[in-house]
Amino acid sequence: MSNAAHPTPVDRPRSKGGPAPALTHLGGATATRARELIALYPEPRSALIPLCHLAQEQEGWLSPEIMADIAALLDLTPAEVLGTASFYDMLHTEPVGSHLVSVCTNIACLLNGAMELLEHAESTLGVNAGGTTADGAVTLEEAECLAGCDGAPCVQVNHRYVGAQTAESFDQLIADLRSGARAAEIPTHGTLNRVARTTGLQADRDQIANERAAMAEAQAQRAAAAKDTAANKAGA
Amino acid sequence: MVDRATTTEPAHTVPPDVAEGQVTFTLDGRQVTARKGEMLIAAAERAGTFIPRFCYHPRMKSVGVCRMCLVEVSGPRGASLQPSCFVEVAEGSEVTTDSDKVKKAQDGVLEFLLINHPLDCPVCDKGGECPLQDQTLAHGPGETRFVEEKRHFEKPIPISELVLLDRERCIQCSRCTRFAAEVAGEAQIDFIGRADQLEINIFPGLPFSSYFSGNTVQICPVGALTAVPYRFSARPWDLDQVESTCTTCSVGCRVAVQSSSNRVTRLLGIDADPVNHGWLCDKGRFAFESVNSEDRLTEPMVRKAGRLVTVSWHEALDVVADGLRAATKKSGGPGGVGVIGGARLTNEGAYTWAKLAKGILGTDSVDAQLGDGLPAEVVLGLPRATIDEAVGADTVIVLSGDIREELPVLFLRLRSGIVDGDLSLVELSPQATALTPHAAVSLRYLPGAATELAKAIADHGAPAPATADPTDLAEARRLAGADKVVIVVGRPSLAEDGALVAEAVQVLARALPKATFLPALRRGNVMGALDMGLSPGLLPGRVGLEPGRQWFTQAWGKVPDERGLGTTEILESAGGSTGGEGARTDKPHRNGARVRALVILGADPLTDFPDAGMVRRALAGADFVVSVASLPGPLSAHADVVLPVAEAHERPGTTTNIEGRISRLGQKLVQPGQSWPDWMIAAELAVHLGADLHLDSVAEVWDEIERLAPAYRGITRSVLDTPGATDGVVAPLTVTAVAFSRRPGSAPLDPIAFPGVESVEQQGAPPRAGLAGARTAGIAANAANAANGSKGAPEVGAGTSGDAAVTNQPPQLAGPFEITVPRVVPTDSYSVRLVASRRLYDRGAAVDAVPVLAGLIPDSPLRVNPHDLDDLGIGTGGNVKVRTATTSLVLVAVADPSLPRKVVATDFNVPLAEGTVADLIDATAPVTELRLETP
Repeated sequence: MSNAAHPTPVDRPRSKGGPAPALTHLGGATATRARELIALYPEPRSALIPLCHLAQEQEGWLSPEIMADIAALLDLTPAEVLGTASFYDMLHTEPVGSHLVSVCTNIACLLNGAMELLEHAESTLGVNAGGTTADGAVTLEEAECLAGCDGAPCVQVNHRYVGAQTAESFDQLIADLRSGARAAEIPTHGTLNRVARTTGLQADRDQIANERAAMAEAQAQRAAAAKDTAANKAGA
Repeated sequence: MVDRATTTEPAHTVPPDVAEGQVTFTLDGRQVTARKGEMLIAAAERAGTFIPRFCYHPRMKSVGVCRMCLVEVSGPRGASLQPSCFVEVAEGSEVTTDSDKVKKAQDGVLEFLLINHPLDCPVCDKGGECPLQDQTLAHGPGETRFVEEKRHFEKPIPISELVLLDRERCIQCSRCTRFAAEVAGEAQIDFIGRADQLEINIFPGLPFSSYFSGNTVQICPVGALTAVPYRFSARPWDLDQVESTCTTCSVGCRVAVQSSSNRVTRLLGIDADPVNHGWLCDKGRFAFESVNSEDRLTEPMVRKAGRLVTVSWHEALDVVADGLRAATKKSGGPGGVGVIGGARLTNEGAYTWAKLAKGILGTDSVDAQLGDGLPAEVVLGLPRATIDEAVGADTVIVLSGDIREELPVLFLRLRSGIVDGDLSLVELSPQATALTPHAAVSLRYLPGAATELAKAIADHGAPAPATADPTDLAEARRLAGADKVVIVVGRPSLAEDGALVAEAVQVLARALPKATFLPALRRGNVMGALDMGLSPGLLPGRVGLEPGRQWFTQAWGKVPDERGLGTTEILESAGGSTGGEGARTDKPHRNGARVRALVILGADPLTDFPDAGMVRRALAGADFVVSVASLPGPLSAHADVVLPVAEAHERPGTTTNIEGRISRLGQKLVQPGQSWPDWMIAAELAVHLGADLHLDSVAEVWDEIERLAPAYRGITRSVLDTPGATDGVVAPLTVTAVAFSRRPGSAPLDPIAFPGVESVEQQGAPPRAGLAGARTAGIAANAANAANGSKGAPEVGAGTSGDAAVTNQPPQLAGPFEITVPRVVPTDSYSVRLVASRRLYDRGAAVDAVPVLAGLIPDSPLRVNPHDLDDLGIGTGGNVKVRTATTSLVLVAVADPSLPRKVVATDFNVPLAEGTVADLIDATAPVTELRLETP
């Protein structure tokens, strides 16, 4: 390792009084939305997973550069972001295709031919589960229960249900995805629109602070009451 | 995590006979008292029951992840297994640590931990001192039922230049990640992945560059993290060890020095409660390689016909004596000799050299600081704080260089006080430092204007300097008014006269009469050297030259007639008019004599002094240069005599840290070749000068220091040998008692918290070797009496000059002082002021001679305020020409918004794009000003 690869150590918190971190890879609208998400939480760190989902919409996966940007936004180290991102199956630390095709092989789907469907998918796509086709259009994934047992064998594309599939319907599905026929219904890299949502529940920081203060006060009162009781008993 | 603040015991269960804050519980059938809020595992350990553990560490927060410490704890629904590192002691609870149920749980946990552990103990560095190995033997099932394939990883992978990682050995205790995040504040390593593929790793391309990475190696309970210098170099049962104090910087961390075949193999931190809590910085941990260096000087050398040739000690010392006599004669007085350096000496060495220089040669031009410190009177004379007092204060005001770069473990302690405690930090600095993110207020000042900022804090009516935000200043004033205030004082920039900083310190001292001070001078035993009088105008024991004249004349026969020169003036005088490049006119000196001979003690002014030109002129201008050194270094080329000296770990003695804490150095090695300990060179040189210091052993030197140096009065060898004094004794002693520190329970060191020390001891190498000494009861009380001249101290008084002598002792320095402060002329609009700060890894011998550290020396750019950079039309990363009156360099500029306008900063003694910052600094100017131009 050269000196350049051995940078000055970092320490938290860096944000206090400092300028806003310069983001190299997180785009303008995404970065703005990221800051809005961070503002929802009393601790910036709490926004880590929502930010990972949000950032994943940009390129489909969390590249090292994007993880470094997330770390800068949250006053974490890139290693901490990687630590969290690598834990969750739905956060990708390696490139994925524009369509993530998940085939459930849990019990209900298994009984309805999920393994056969997965084998068919592997042979027609030419990749093993976990792999991405050479054209970058499809990443095939073997999934645990996708909560769609009524439509077994259950398949999702970019986390949207596409219903029970047969070998033939699966081939058609892939063809449609490649041709863009279902683009309106299934956006590329459209992982979880929940974090992209701008309306709905908003946390009021003042309200959170007030509620916490009230809880602390109630707790102090309970402790004082317990102490009084003890003193009375000791006196008796 | 258990929130201690919210967990309240049911109050009615506290019986009235138990003291407040204590609880009583039953441990394996015994009644045990513990502190309220204490974790079961710690309470049991104090009561003598050791519960096996991996993830628990007494210096970090509990997480309860390894499950090894499961014990049975009674509860409303009967006894259940609970992790004792994660459960607080509860009044009246019954705890069982040795039931069949507990043993079965321990068996199970160990069998699980070993499922994926490779059992490569025969080739693993941890083998023989491994908590997993030891606890498997003591508590494990003995057999595994796991027959499947274990997991495999590429091994080892370097996660930094210093640390290697074997991931398959990891048992996921999270000690290393918690250390990095909680203690060092640099979470550069973390758990990556999940389940059986969980691993510790760095972020790709971002190495574990923390200055504290070696601690993770030390606390790893398996062989997953290993240090590059130690890997495959020794087996723990072949190691011998001695407990000592690290003298790489002046914090004074306690260490176990372990060796094999007369070579140091590694240093391990020892948990000294008042100082380092078991932690070390990587420089301190790995700098021992310079002691093992093949380049060590082993024989005295004298320059003959332009070449250094090996001679006997007798001949070398004769040449030195002749040279010093000639210089004295030619200059018409003892001022012809200047002695520079001394921070690498032991206290005994420093005292002996001080006695030789001031008592025999009669020169007061002696200075242990290399123009990189502060006026010694101010450092020694202000009321001193301990590290614990600084960490436990309400407010700490820091006016020093970057403490993480200069005194790394002090940074850890202060950071912990801020993050884990209630300490508020007010930082006064010309640039941002590693402490800045933790500061309640960080105020900037223009180099040379520290006093202006100090006055603005001290006097609420004073105007705010332009560099300080008024809101921040108001907050700083409020925090400075707190009850307990400690001021950490160092040298923020080597391009700014230390007297200017000292003046600011005195402003604060006058305004805050209750405040105490912690010096942040970084060089090895510099505090001991100053205490021993290696500074102009000082005599041993923190005594001024005039107040101590009578006392030391009586003891030594002679002291210097008048105050001598500091290092800067010595070099300037030696440079005279005969110097080469850019020589200044031959200035007359205060005591008239020109310095013609230089004795340089374990220092290299060519790399360590701020003004390189001045050093080159001095070495060219001096008639005679003696270098007392352990490694050749650039100075050898200029020396007329080179005397080889014993290094750290090769000499017994004592050292004094920033607190004034005196602790013992252990001797582990025999010094190479013909090299001598520093005190012996001075003593023999005295003989060659026709005098006798009457000092024949380290012990005799210490006895004389105790007898003569007022600040060290009462700290006898028997006091230092007391088991309770292992972590050192803070000088001066006070009437109350010797402040002995707490070694966890005088019990053996926790073998799991700091593996390697206890295990080496059990294998036959106890660390507490050293000078034999009486272990007398009541020593502490006697010592305190002696310090105060009481007659109730016959034991300590024996061998001293008696009570009359005690009452005649000269007074110790007490500030504030009158110091000469140079006048700073306002900068013209074309110039900028320079800040030259220290880096941990620089070209000093402690790094440069250590292969693993030398690669970490950074290349530094010139940091410039972005607006100033814009004005120049240079982008960040572009070249900028830096011009002084005598020279110019082309450097790489980067924008640094933490700097005030018209201030530029770079690092001292590290490579720049061209030259070093010592080429730019003018040590005679109060501040160094530069002009920036487009190249």
